[in-house]
Amino acid sequence: MKLWLRQHHQAFQLVIARMWCTRLTTLMMLGVLGVTLSLPAGLYVVLDNLGTLAGSIESDPQISLFLALDANTEVIKDIDKRLHGHHDIKDYRYVSRDAAWNELQHNAGLEDLAGGLEKNPLPDAYIVHAANNDPATVEQLRQELQQWPGVEHAQLDAAWVKRLYSLMQIGRQAVLVLASLLGFALLAIIGNTIRLQILTQREEIEVSQLIGATDAFIRRPFLYAGVLHGVGGGLAAWLILYGALSAFNLSIDELARLYASDFRLHMLNAQACAVLILAAALLGWLGSFWAVSRYLTSIKSSR
Amino acid sequence: MIKFDQVGKLYPGGYEALKNISFEIAKGELAFVTGHSGAGKSTLLKLIAAIERPTAGTVLVGNQNTAKLSHAAIPHMRRKFGLIFQDHKLLYDRNVFENVALPLYINGIVGHEAGKRVRAALDKVGLLDKEKALPITLSGGEQQRLAIARAVVSRPSILIADEPTGNLDETYATEIMNLFHAFHQVGVTIIIATHDTSAISQGAARILRLDHGAISS
Repeated sequence: MKLWLRQHHQAFQLVIARMWCTRLTTLMMLGVLGVTLSLPAGLYVVLDNLGTLAGSIESDPQISLFLALDANTEVIKDIDKRLHGHHDIKDYRYVSRDAAWNELQHNAGLEDLAGGLEKNPLPDAYIVHAANNDPATVEQLRQELQQWPGVEHAQLDAAWVKRLYSLMQIGRQAVLVLASLLGFALLAIIGNTIRLQILTQREEIEVSQLIGATDAFIRRPFLYAGVLHGVGGGLAAWLILYGALSAFNLSIDELARLYASDFRLHMLNAQACAVLILAAALLGWLGSFWAVSRYLTSIKSSR
Repeated sequence: MIKFDQVGKLYPGGYEALKNISFEIAKGELAFVTGHSGAGKSTLLKLIAAIERPTAGTVLVGNQNTAKLSHAAIPHMRRKFGLIFQDHKLLYDRNVFENVALPLYINGIVGHEAGKRVRAALDKVGLLDKEKALPITLSGGEQQRLAIARAVVSRPSILIADEPTGNLDETYATEIMNLFHAFHQVGVTIIIATHDTSAISQGAARILRLDHGAISS
């Protein structure tokens, strides 16, 4: 165990020293990896922000049940009873025309509109939440409610939120596709970097093997180099995203102030950051493992 | 310790480097392998160190058949040997200390213990004051001694040297041979390949004379 730790410590130190010797090249490399990683991560951040924006709006589809203007208390009682006994309805709320009128008059930006009207044009209404959010079921429910006597109009709200969600679903798939493609690119970039390092250390590998180094010993520093490149690339991607979002937020602040909103783009959360860096580290490990194995096989077969 | 039984080595392409070689070297022996260049001296050493595998016969090192070793077992086998190569195979981007420390690192010995052993080995070959120097700044004799320090630093039981006095003048060559005799004195088995018969001088050393891949007596 102690031996194992010592050997890892040794390999790690060696890699750090080598990276320090070629720090400019290493930094360039990390930059390239950072840009590659920042593309899918950036798209993810955009979607995540869109999700937050959409989430702040009521996302459960609800049906607004506008009653006929001449609906009397009898009719309202009847509808209330039918709503109460219905299986597909989770909850419902009665909004009297007076309450709705009151709300309209106090709603930000709409006072002027309400002030221009002489009397209350609003009907009594029910806000109905379906028990099942599946779009087809909700639509069916809407059609059923539309048929009831005393109901003037049943309107399905928040359908656009549904559409936004399905668009975002496509966006998430795009992130996955982009991440897999660029993940492969990352694998190739790191694999190639390590392959070049192997070539510059060919003599050292040969001598080490001649004096009894195991494949694991030869591989170890390169694996560390691969992982460090991955982690460095992940951190670089984080920096790029952070910088870009901070710059965007400067303009968004201004825009949001105009709309009296406090919306800001938020950064990747800790979990997503961890995933980003761990995935990059894993890809780095795989890339270098692949490169070293290929080299070890090639010298074994040439002997 | 080392036993060859009817060993042959046929390289791809049809070149037969060794044919029907049988001999035995006991523990603690000092043996010379001599012969003209191309006689198969280097091949013979490579067979001992499991760098090459025989195409006929068996090579036993400490009762282990080198041809039957798995790929994973070969590195551990090689650690029994201290190898001194004809072309030194020093690492020119690392200083003297780091060159000598390499076999220790491979064996998992680092830090203070490694430093102690490296300096002991450098002291033995008289390079203690050069530990920070790069190999390229050393003379031919010093590079050879550095290669010897690297071979002995992990205290192997068998020392194998291929033309250790190859390009050295007489004074240096004697110095190097004296070093080998000193290691022999402390019980290390030593096998030296050389075409320079004048180097084989003192003591009752064992001599294997190779001629076109076969042993001639």
